[in-house]
Amino acid sequence: MVPGRAGAAVILADALNRVPEGLTEAMALVDGLDDALVHGLGRPDESHLSALANLAAVFAGSPLAEPVNEAVGKIEAGSVTDEHLLALAGARCALLGAAHDALLAGLDQALSRTRSELVALAPRRSAPAGVRSWLRELAITGWRGVDHEIAAAGARAVPGLLEDPQYRRLAVLVDGLAAELRAAAPVATQPQVPARRWADLWARALLTAQADVPVSPVNGRFLILGADLREHPTAFQVQVHGLLESGAEVRLARTSLTAAKVDTITGASVWRLLEDFPVLLTALAKHQSVELTGMPQTAFGDLLWDDSRAVAGEVTDPFATARVRLGGAVAASVAPLERHPAAILEPVLLEGYQTGEGRIDLGGAVLDVDPLPAAGPITPAMVAASSACIGLLRHDTGGWSVRPLAVQALVRKKPVEAHTGDWALGPTEPKAAKAEALAGAAVEVLRERAGRLLRK
Amino acid sequence: MQQTDPVRRSTAPQVPPVHPRKLNKVPFVEFSDGRLQGVVSSGSDVTRVYVSSISAGDHGLDCSTNNNRPCGGLGASPCKHIQSLLAEAENQFGSARVARYLGIEVAEGGGLLGGLHPVRAKGQAAEVFSSFLRHLAYLELPVSVEPLSEMQWFPAGPVQL
Repeated sequence: MVPGRAGAAVILADALNRVPEGLTEAMALVDGLDDALVHGLGRPDESHLSALANLAAVFAGSPLAEPVNEAVGKIEAGSVTDEHLLALAGARCALLGAAHDALLAGLDQALSRTRSELVALAPRRSAPAGVRSWLRELAITGWRGVDHEIAAAGARAVPGLLEDPQYRRLAVLVDGLAAELRAAAPVATQPQVPARRWADLWARALLTAQADVPVSPVNGRFLILGADLREHPTAFQVQVHGLLESGAEVRLARTSLTAAKVDTITGASVWRLLEDFPVLLTALAKHQSVELTGMPQTAFGDLLWDDSRAVAGEVTDPFATARVRLGGAVAASVAPLERHPAAILEPVLLEGYQTGEGRIDLGGAVLDVDPLPAAGPITPAMVAASSACIGLLRHDTGGWSVRPLAVQALVRKKPVEAHTGDWALGPTEPKAAKAEALAGAAVEVLRERAGRLLRK
Repeated sequence: MQQTDPVRRSTAPQVPPVHPRKLNKVPFVEFSDGRLQGVVSSGSDVTRVYVSSISAGDHGLDCSTNNNRPCGGLGASPCKHIQSLLAEAENQFGSARVARYLGIEVAEGGGLLGGLHPVRAKGQAAEVFSSFLRHLAYLELPVSVEPLSEMQWFPAGPVQL
């Protein structure tokens, strides 16, 4: 760390090395349920029944005690209903939520980050019957029993979901899970099963309840820190992290744009799908701040981006923003059902570290570096040569890692800087631009085909 | 220190991104219902497409237009549409995945086409075509500005298995 920040670096390293009390035990209970789901709840064996009994025991005296106990009893007797699965998914969600809170509290303390008050929500509706029956079949069969037919059944529910904008979340989730199951089917032949991941997605689909999140208009200057890119075969998302300055107040804010796509649109061409948001894309590519007027924002810090309420401001350096303003920024609270260790994505500025084989060593704590997206310019070599990084701190598989959003490095004695959003208007590097021009034609070809064949 | 047990990892996507390829000739390829199937644009008529399929295991071939006219080129051996379908599937998914799905034993130095033992079979042209239309319909959906936090589980980048 740079001089003057050495103390902060030590505190952060300490926090990253500390395992919160009870975390190991909580995760062991989650693992027990996840392993039962690998095998299937339709015919659990002794070890799975005892794992489920342990899970039920820990909820004794809580509002979940009765439903979880009943679910475990019924599963032992060979019956699995939606209510039982909901109780198990709820128990799993509560354990992971507690793990999330403990991890995030430690991180907030180390970063001196304050967080706004929690907002209570009333869920409105749950997954439609078609999706619930697929999720039930998956739970009964177990991941090991998933064949081509069960895997394909998930995707069949998606077109119906996509017709209703309220179900877009669920559609994106079910499509992502179904694609993984299709690619792995028959799962019995796979050497291993991503048990926690698939249980996460399964439980989330079961619990995805639309709730009315309070939204209010905000004004101010949005200073971009960086962009996190997400992709599965039928969706591309850019989530922009930044600081919202209104008056003397500085808050962490995010905004997400999600485009539907198909598997053959990939690499840097995905940016073409967001062409209707020129203000935000230009701000990413040219490192501009953005002036917001009446931009809707949820109580959890998400700006519901409306390009017509945004005007490009002056060029600003994200590293300067991070150095000067990030330290005192107030973070948003996390929605109750979003609490999960893997949902922790905290923007940080890292400096003065050593790098090694896919790692950033803060001196006292070592962070794995996440895989880097093909739609941005950052390469593993740049990270290895870097001296400063804006990234998202994440927690997965029992340890902390960093997902770089921007790096400053010295490559062949020349200072270079790269940000994941640099190619938002198209790759700036000639070789990547050439590849994108070729692959990007995919978007045009499919749109032409759609124009000709869909409206006949 | 880090644990790296893939069984206990939440955010490692499992589907490798497909290899980018030119879509002009074969805009759509999928594995479904025990078949490699897809849509091949006609070389002569922009409004016509061929729907071609190869079944897994017994290598049953089918090819017809979207108006359900049988392909004139399909005889005892694969027509040029089926050859294009197979070649583009290789580009998109890699030879190994195509060979595994179709059950093709590739002779040393030989290609996938040489490993087919084709027979004629009735495919499901209408279903494949509607699957293609559903595929295209994704591109008609508006961009969502809702948080869609599910996408946290799908970071872009190479697959970690």
